[in-house]
Amino acid sequence: MKITLEHLTKRFPNRNKKIHEDVIAVNDFTFEIPDGQLIGLLGPSGCGKSTALNLICGLETPTSGRIRFGDDDVTDLPPENRGVGFVFQNYALYPHLTVLGNILFPLENLRGKDRPTKEQMLERAKEAARLVQIDMLLERRPSELSGGQQQRVAIARALVKMPRVLLLDEPLSNLDARLRLQTREEIRRIQRETRITTIFVTHDQEEAMSISDGIVVMKEGVVQQIGKPQDVYDDPVNLFVAKFLGTPPINVFTGAVRTGKLLLNGVPVMDAPGVPDGEVYAGVRPEGFVVDANGPLETSLIQVEVMGRDTSIVARHPSNENAIRAIVPGETRLPAGTREVRFTLKPNKVHLFRRDTEARLRPAGA
Amino acid sequence: MLKRSWKGWLYLLPAIAFLGVFMVYPLIDVLVYSFEEGYNSASQTYFGVGLYNYRYVLRDPYFLQAVRNTFLIVIVTVPLSTAIALAISLGLNSIKPLKELYQTVYFLPYVTNTLAVGLVFMILFKKTAYTDGMINLLIRLFGGQSVDFIEGPYWAKMFVMCLYTIWVVMPFKVLILTSALASVNQDYYKAARVDATPKWRIFTKITLPMISPMIFYLVITGFIGAFKAYSDEVALFGTNLNAAGMNTIVGYVYDMLYGDSGGYPSYASAAALILFSIVLTITVINLMVSRRQAR
Repeated sequence: MKITLEHLTKRFPNRNKKIHEDVIAVNDFTFEIPDGQLIGLLGPSGCGKSTALNLICGLETPTSGRIRFGDDDVTDLPPENRGVGFVFQNYALYPHLTVLGNILFPLENLRGKDRPTKEQMLERAKEAARLVQIDMLLERRPSELSGGQQQRVAIARALVKMPRVLLLDEPLSNLDARLRLQTREEIRRIQRETRITTIFVTHDQEEAMSISDGIVVMKEGVVQQIGKPQDVYDDPVNLFVAKFLGTPPINVFTGAVRTGKLLLNGVPVMDAPGVPDGEVYAGVRPEGFVVDANGPLETSLIQVEVMGRDTSIVARHPSNENAIRAIVPGETRLPAGTREVRFTLKPNKVHLFRRDTEARLRPAGA
Repeated sequence: MLKRSWKGWLYLLPAIAFLGVFMVYPLIDVLVYSFEEGYNSASQTYFGVGLYNYRYVLRDPYFLQAVRNTFLIVIVTVPLSTAIALAISLGLNSIKPLKELYQTVYFLPYVTNTLAVGLVFMILFKKTAYTDGMINLLIRLFGGQSVDFIEGPYWAKMFVMCLYTIWVVMPFKVLILTSALASVNQDYYKAARVDATPKWRIFTKITLPMISPMIFYLVITGFIGAFKAYSDEVALFGTNLNAAGMNTIVGYVYDMLYGDSGGYPSYASAAALILFSIVLTITVINLMVSRRQAR
């Protein structure tokens, strides 16, 4: 089911009663989610991503704007009539019901001609349980399950009524690191098998990048950038997006562009053809550094971390108040007692941003 | 290890000493009295040991009346007060404006003196030579016959008694249930909404199971409290409860000790132990039912 958001806006009255200005949790969202995709809503906490999810679900009503599922305008429909499945951050499994009871619950709510027979309900519940691979746990109570298993039960409960859209709120945040990796693969697999348009919310960029067909990066209620994870990573529209995506994070230098050259600490380090003169931030991805004895970027070495496949060089440069981190191939060797490391920069891994607006500056021909 | 356990007992000593002197010893003493026939507290003498005290109490029409009254009050007031408290709590939980005000209003009876409340009830229900009382005026307004609720027929007195008891125990139950309802995670209700759960099903399948531990707690303490009722009866019908036919088991115990017909600690002890065994039985049954429910 294709989902279309048109100028979707949600304002809340400010909790602090002295401030009369409303909080705009979701500000003028307009985008389209193609049918059958897995989309990650990504942003730091408080950026309105959960509110956006609640709006699509119908748990919140928008201040203005429209929401369409396919050609249906669902903006004024209550959640139960939208055909959505929702997986809560804490799963919200009913503790007094068994796994089977939890999965059956939405089906038992159906009335009239939609209501399946007992056998059909059981069959559908078991099918959903098989899909998320918990069919051997049906008689257990939620308290007897691990976090990952509870998560699967919650997904099965959301899927059993065959929703048009599946929504997941921070699906991995309550799991430990190993389970997180496993579960995100699992969510990907389930989504592939069911082909249900799925939107999930996360503050973890790695999570969003790894499994999504597309990501929506948000900040303070405003969509910053929408696109395929790799495209957004390679081509961020502003400094916020560049900083938010990627581990280790992008290295941000303060510099300037003069006559088509990027100057860091007054030294020209890279060509920046077609970029107007001015003060800039230069973001360099960790993989954008190449160790080069004759390179223009001179840094003082702090330490070298050998990580097997890669080597991580931590160094300092006067135009970056934080230590910079470069990821170079594992075979790179620095002679013992090295104090200074010189780099050249890969132009496609360096992004320039205006100092004032933090918007991207694109060189000519790129 | 030995030293540590010795220290542990030392820390417990004040509590054990206090409980021993003021709880355990009197309990054993009551048990002993109940079997000593014709015990006289002034001379500390008795005639013999046996079950005569129990036989006397169980044949005493006043005691049987007290047992009947107590059971009636328990059976009527505990389920009714819990159900009404639940309805009020659900109401309180669903309103937004002036919620705190309503909560305070419903809690006021709890901090009001029982005897003062009894006086108000008496004024409302009593029929005197000068006036029929507020309630009777209302009954007459709707074309009924006026009844003396305080000194009239048994059912009328029992009605006022139960109404009064429910009114007195209500605030505590409302307080407990509103906080229990407020502590249910809202995500359950959101999940139920997304799944199109009908209102009644939300109540029976989500709300009730979630607050059932608190309901059982209220029922169990309600039973115990209602079995031990006495002061409420005095507040409404005065100290001579036997004459009013509204005595309770605790009232009977009190009368046997200090009342006009008093001075019989043996009978009082026997009656107290009968009450104890009744309360114990009911509580054990309650706990067994609640355990099975929880499973």
